[in-house]
Amino acid sequence: MNAAPHRIRLALTRPAFQLSVDLTLPARGITVLFGPSGSGKTTVLRCVAGLERAGQALVRIAGEVWQDEAQRVFLPTWRRPLGYVFQEASLFEHLDVRGNLAYGLRRADPGAPALALDAVVELLGIGALMARRPHQLSGGERQRVAIARALATRPRLLLLDEPLASLDQARRQDILPWLERLRDELRVPMLYVTHAADEVARLADTLVVLDQGRVVAAGPVAEVLADVRTPVVLGEDAGALLEGTVAERDARWHLARVAFAGGHLWLRDSGLALGQRVRLRVLARDVSLATAPARHTSIQNLLPGTVQAIAAGAHPSQALVRVALGESVLLARVTARAVDALRLAPGTPVWAQVKTVALVG
Amino acid sequence: MLFSADDLNAIGLTLKLASLTTLLLLLLATPLAWWLARTASRWRAPVGALVALPLVLPPTVLGFYLLVLLGPQGWVGRLTQALGLGTLPFSFGGLLAGSLVYSLPFAVQPLQHAFEAIGPRPLEVAATLRARPLDAFLTVVLPLARPGFVTAALLSFAHTVGEFGVVLMIGGNIPGQTRVVSTQIYGHVEALEYAQAHWLAAAMVLFSFVALLGLTRLNRRSARVLP
Repeated sequence: MNAAPHRIRLALTRPAFQLSVDLTLPARGITVLFGPSGSGKTTVLRCVAGLERAGQALVRIAGEVWQDEAQRVFLPTWRRPLGYVFQEASLFEHLDVRGNLAYGLRRADPGAPALALDAVVELLGIGALMARRPHQLSGGERQRVAIARALATRPRLLLLDEPLASLDQARRQDILPWLERLRDELRVPMLYVTHAADEVARLADTLVVLDQGRVVAAGPVAEVLADVRTPVVLGEDAGALLEGTVAERDARWHLARVAFAGGHLWLRDSGLALGQRVRLRVLARDVSLATAPARHTSIQNLLPGTVQAIAAGAHPSQALVRVALGESVLLARVTARAVDALRLAPGTPVWAQVKTVALVG
Repeated sequence: MLFSADDLNAIGLTLKLASLTTLLLLLLATPLAWWLARTASRWRAPVGALVALPLVLPPTVLGFYLLVLLGPQGWVGRLTQALGLGTLPFSFGGLLAGSLVYSLPFAVQPLQHAFEAIGPRPLEVAATLRARPLDAFLTVVLPLARPGFVTAALLSFAHTVGEFGVVLMIGGNIPGQTRVVSTQIYGHVEALEYAQAHWLAAAMVLFSFVALLGLTRLNRRSARVLP
């Protein structure tokens, strides 16, 4: 299915806040809106939902116009085929879990493709909670019910506003796999707002970075993360994302080799299957550079590449170096002095020494 | 026999008046309280103060102005006459009109507080679940505001049963038409029928106590009567 891309153009002026975005986004997978608080990402989501009305706006979702101020078109929220998961608990307190799900189900768009709510309930693991009242649920359970309720209306777009922000770290780790399953099994496109870098790495197919009401970067997640201009926003979490497949398992040392376009990396074998597709995250702070291959080193992952670009880091002592490895890209955070001493410049051949690789999904 | 035929008449009339007042007030006060809870209009404060006026004004003041307004020369009175309804003072209709004004804050304020406590979020959630505004109001706001409605209904009813000044001013004290329990008690006392007055007065005390007890029981969360 190749739906028309989403177009979201918004301009909004508030006291002490200005929002101006113009985005064209693929109508599939998870698009993450990422940025610090106050960057306007929730406002974008609320405008797409019609909960707020931007003065100048064009919202076209999969070819359908939801809002076009030039044509004086504004569909109220209840006429937009969307699902919305709010940041905090938003379940109806006067209904039990079944009643909350039924509320969305009864009002579902009859023209939309049927969605097996039973499957969603099972996918989210809330089957045993049906008779409970919202106040009898844990924070993670509530958000899972809220997601199922939003899906019950058979939305053509699911909007999630920091659905994990009100949960503690353990609960977040509980619920992330559910979201990944939704992405992989339901194929409902999602617009996902967060300020947590780990959620970006695990969930995003497309990444939009917002800062002070403006789009800093937008595009496929691996490209945006490997862009040396983005790390200013990402700070400590700057890093590249690599997609690869498990090519080899070393039983003796409990390691697995993941091959990606442009090289391969060894990482801890956490029970991966040969041929499995995986997503790896390599933080810039875990990559160092050398102009000759180091011999006597504990680092197992040495990758030959070429410097593509160099940008200033978050601190004046630092620099971010983008290294091309075939078709893939790594980011390395080194000191500005090292850049000078090694005479690094675009085109310089280097060896990237990768200390840590994280498996994110 | 505890109560005379006149007493029973007065009790029946009081219950009829209080029931009708409560019913009409809930219908009137719901949109008014909703507007007060949600609007950002500059008319919010003046309208809110106007609604609360009967709380502080002497009932005689209210009764006097209603009498003037509803009387043959008042503009409401002219309207009712033009419509062939006659004039309202010294009739059950006038009594009802007076009770509606007098008890209005007791219906509006609990509802307004309930609506404010709910906040805008549940309505937003309902809208994202495809509920039209009226649908959302009926299926989300009304159930969530239930304690507010219980409080508003009980307070309106009890307050109407307990009114005296307005009734006397606008209703006169016509047996069978506008003589309610409170004015009947007054009549008994005037006539030095203390035993009769006692029975009715004690019944009022008992009724009021049970009403307030029921209210705190129904709205378990707080032991306060007023929100």
